[in-house]
Amino acid sequence: MNLRKYLKIYKKFLHTSLASELEYKTNILVDLITAILSLAGSIFLLSIFFQNNGYIGGWKFEQALIIQAIYTILNGITNTWFNPNLTEIVKHIREGTLDFVLLKPIDSQFFISLKKINPSGFLEIMLGFLLSFFCIRINQINLNLSFLTLSLITISCSICILYSLWFFISTTTIWFVKTWNAIEVLRSFLYIGRFPLNSFSFSLRIFFSVFIPIAFITTIPSEVFLGVSQLWKIVLEIIVATVFLITSRKFWLFALKFYSSASS
Amino acid sequence: MVQNIIDVRNLSKSFDISSKEPGLKGTIKHFFRRQTKSLKIIKDISFEIKEGEIVGFLGANGAGKTTILKMLCGLIYPSEGSILVSGYLPFRRKENFLKNITLIMGQKQQLIWDLPPIESFYLNASIYDLDKFEAKKRIKKLSEMLEIDEELFIPVRKLSLGQRMKSELLAALIHEPNILFLDEPTLGLDINAQRNLRKFLLKYNKETNATICLTSHYMKDITSLCKRVICVHEGEISYDGKLDLLLKKLSPVKEILIVCRSEEDAIKLENYGFTVKNKTKNEITLKIENNSITSSLKTILNNFDIEDLFINEPPIDEVIGKVLIKKDYDI
Repeated sequence: MNLRKYLKIYKKFLHTSLASELEYKTNILVDLITAILSLAGSIFLLSIFFQNNGYIGGWKFEQALIIQAIYTILNGITNTWFNPNLTEIVKHIREGTLDFVLLKPIDSQFFISLKKINPSGFLEIMLGFLLSFFCIRINQINLNLSFLTLSLITISCSICILYSLWFFISTTTIWFVKTWNAIEVLRSFLYIGRFPLNSFSFSLRIFFSVFIPIAFITTIPSEVFLGVSQLWKIVLEIIVATVFLITSRKFWLFALKFYSSASS
Repeated sequence: MVQNIIDVRNLSKSFDISSKEPGLKGTIKHFFRRQTKSLKIIKDISFEIKEGEIVGFLGANGAGKTTILKMLCGLIYPSEGSILVSGYLPFRRKENFLKNITLIMGQKQQLIWDLPPIESFYLNASIYDLDKFEAKKRIKKLSEMLEIDEELFIPVRKLSLGQRMKSELLAALIHEPNILFLDEPTLGLDINAQRNLRKFLLKYNKETNATICLTSHYMKDITSLCKRVICVHEGEISYDGKLDLLLKKLSPVKEILIVCRSEEDAIKLENYGFTVKNKTKNEITLKIENNSITSSLKTILNNFDIEDLFINEPPIDEVIGKVLIKKDYDI
């Protein structure tokens, strides 16, 4: 893979995508307001849960706020890249426009995963980071190199897991044609990821760790933030992320053999 | 000697297709127990196409033309048989193979809807690894050939279908491919836009010696662009050869309307030995075989006092229409 060529193409993707989005100013404005209101609503909801009980699943409100911050960053990434691109896969396959993607001399997974961006998601990412810095302050977390490295690794792994799950579901469109509902279910599970894993019952904890690894997505990075994470959990998250990423890639290449293109 | 650029041997393609009975009962049954059956869409076809050729694929809707085109460009895996395009196995979609081909579909578009076409051109240029200078040069050259200028800077959603199709062509040709797969490129275009597109394709073929595989339901596209046609009937090739030979075979006679100066001459001509279709006063319509047109006309002009003469070609759509419903032509 020629990295320079791909960077150049990505620069073009960014440019055309931003230009397309900026054609509709009102839409951008509404998206930005929605992002702010959504974060305010989530914090308000969390504060209600903690109103009568200082701890949920062993987490204080200030600590649970870290999960909210990581969730906001991930949701921002979802809205910036995954939502505009990965939901398009279903459309590409249903309408047969995947033909144009497959006939381009670049990696098709790169093309359909990164062609578009939604600029309003950037605000959510920024809000997530602002909330993280706020949490670092109120939880008196010591900012050092190992903390930053581990945070970066675990958040990157979370992004990979989330991307792979989403991409995997979207790929099944090649056989099932419509998979909107499955994606909605995934989004709902991600929504659950805003709460500490310990706040769920044992069976749900197993379900969210083994079957749909939502637990890895927000809880482990949050534990790293609080300095309470165990090494085996971080290693496990790296392994899960790698396996998911490789599997989604292999699954895409396998699925393409069954692509029949839409009739003309 | 001109090389074969496309080589297809014993190619077949089957699809699993589900069917549903009408009504609520059928819908419920379809939901719980989907009945699928394997349908052979393409059946053991073989053909070659030489470099620089323009070949038209003819056939009724659902005959398998588009499936063949999609297998040739590597979008669909063949079930059986082999395909070689420019020395590559298309379904492997190797980078160098993809840089050599393009697919244009009249009913689908790749241009970015909200932006002017020029943005899509530069995006494609970076995908095909062209630098800005080279991209600019090619856009200029192709836009001159396609006679588009201001349209390059107007959002695609504001362009007419004809302008959009020209822009689609430019986007698809920016990497100067030497094999073009065109699936109904003139679909929905008005007569002038169709003519301009055909003019452009002929010019592109002449200038670059590109090979063009084309499907179209507009017979004018086929007759103005293709010397050779491949007729597909229910997944099989029913005819592969020169278009004019097919036309001669399908309509071996021409109708000639002769207006004589006098009724006597018309009567004389009626009894001369030609096949007469009909006669009214001094006008007579003869049916003459294609291979004896020149000699017959010479005889008529030398022996009769003719006021006027019209040669009527049978409508091409009518003639080609026969191909779409019949399987075998022994030409």
